[in-house]
Amino acid sequence: MSVADFDATTIAMPGAPPEHVADGARGPGLVGWIAIAVAALVVGGLIGIPLVSVFAEAFQSGLGPFAATFAEPYAQSAIRLTLLVAVCTIAFNAFFGILAGWTISKYEFPGKTILLAIIDLPLTVSPVVAGLAILMTAGAHTPLGSWLQTVGIKVAFAPPGIIAATIFVTFPYIARELIAFMQEQGRDQEESSLVLGATVWQTLWRVTLPGARLALFNGVILCGARAIGEFGAVSVISGRVRGYTETVPLHIEALYNESSFVGAFALAAALAFTTIAFTLIVNANRKSEHDRTAAS
Amino acid sequence: MSRDTIPGRNIALGTTLALVSLAVIAPLAAVVLSLNGITPEHLARAIASPDAIAAFRLTFVASLVAALIDLVLGSFVAWILVRYQFPGRPVLDALVDVPLAIPTAVTGITLATIYGGHGFLGAWLEPHGIQVAYTQIGVALALVFVGFPFVVRTVQPVLAEIPKDLEEAASSFGAGQTLTLRRVIFPLVFPAMLTGFALSLARALGEYGSVVFIAGNLPGKTEIAPLLIITRLEEYDYQGASAVATVLLIASFGMLLAINALQRRFSLARKMAT
Repeated sequence: MSVADFDATTIAMPGAPPEHVADGARGPGLVGWIAIAVAALVVGGLIGIPLVSVFAEAFQSGLGPFAATFAEPYAQSAIRLTLLVAVCTIAFNAFFGILAGWTISKYEFPGKTILLAIIDLPLTVSPVVAGLAILMTAGAHTPLGSWLQTVGIKVAFAPPGIIAATIFVTFPYIARELIAFMQEQGRDQEESSLVLGATVWQTLWRVTLPGARLALFNGVILCGARAIGEFGAVSVISGRVRGYTETVPLHIEALYNESSFVGAFALAAALAFTTIAFTLIVNANRKSEHDRTAAS
Repeated sequence: MSRDTIPGRNIALGTTLALVSLAVIAPLAAVVLSLNGITPEHLARAIASPDAIAAFRLTFVASLVAALIDLVLGSFVAWILVRYQFPGRPVLDALVDVPLAIPTAVTGITLATIYGGHGFLGAWLEPHGIQVAYTQIGVALALVFVGFPFVVRTVQPVLAEIPKDLEEAASSFGAGQTLTLRRVIFPLVFPAMLTGFALSLARALGEYGSVVFIAGNLPGKTEIAPLLIITRLEEYDYQGASAVATVLLIASFGMLLAINALQRRFSLARKMAT
């Protein structure tokens, strides 16, 4: 069993590692300054310019047109749908994450490494394939889809399909945080709690979850950031009915294609601001957690 | 500890497996199983027509080129971030995360705008004969952008863990800076660099949102493989779409296996470095 090799921070996840500078980081010499300037040019040119441009384009005609975008009924319905999708996605993935974290860290069973690999699988699957997968499972042309339609549930080209596709692409986000944290914690606390007469439920609710709340919080934030910005998977399954199945990223695409650039970039800036803020919160949490464990 | 110290194993494991099957395995299986009964002609039209071959070639070549560029630039930036203290370093460090943080559609419209003919960078590049928007260069550029953090964030912690005395020991034995870098540092970070490269490549192969706006999506020229799936769906060719998706899925499975194998070696190298 090579579960110990499972390094939860290295695969495809946003967030800086807490460890930044080597012990012997030193003041740069002349060659060092030139190298730093080149690195700044690379990062500034590749990432800095696009980042500044999002906001520059959003505010190019001033604050009025920027704000007016958010008063549009279609923009508002897109925002409402995106929030609904994010809430449902987080609820499902948080439930799964807690369950998976508990199962993987508290019990021994064969095939644990394979289970971990399958949980990670959505990170390497193309979002478009993810959207197609939901369509091929519950689209109106499939047995499941046509049965669901007879009982009045429409999945493809409706909000349930958008939620299912978003759950797929964000599936590992909360689980990874909780699995990594709970594996590090081991099972001593739970065993003591059970020996003292608590039930498994009480142990989960009163011992395990309170201890894991920061890992859960970080996972929820990362999952939310990805959920509100998901584009590829949702564009396959949504059908793009304005005011009904258009999420914020799809509405951005529609506005951009109509050459409503200020509107497209106003929503894009709001979305980018939110997701960057979420990432910074998680990075700050990880850093303070790292400093705390290093200090103790 | 024996396996029975905490009760509830069967119900917890059963529910976990049921949810994984429902959310991940069943949808992917539905894609592959829908190929059941596809005729050879249909399959050939879906994944081996000139347009399809051009799309796969563009996706694989542009992803490979982008991941190689990320490998070089990302390792260099990781080195600078670890080795030097300088004003603005936290900003540079934070900027590295931006491509992972911002939604792909935002990246897509932004890159298409700034590299377009009237854009901030496009207006300067195009008179010099460099057309980025609506070309294969644009596709590769968008992939360099999304893959960049993977290399930096995989290499950076490994570099940071290399003890300073290792370099000092090398130089006290008379090794110059270049020799130390090549014979001492490089072998230690190489597995991490390879892992970062693989992660960046895996991401690029499936990337959609950041590419489609700048690509222009001309069939046979700038149409990427994930977009081919959408093209097939617009023709109501579900089996054709699934055939393209299955090729991409096989590529992702291969990448996942490679990354897991690399990480096993890489965590070993990390342990040896400390």
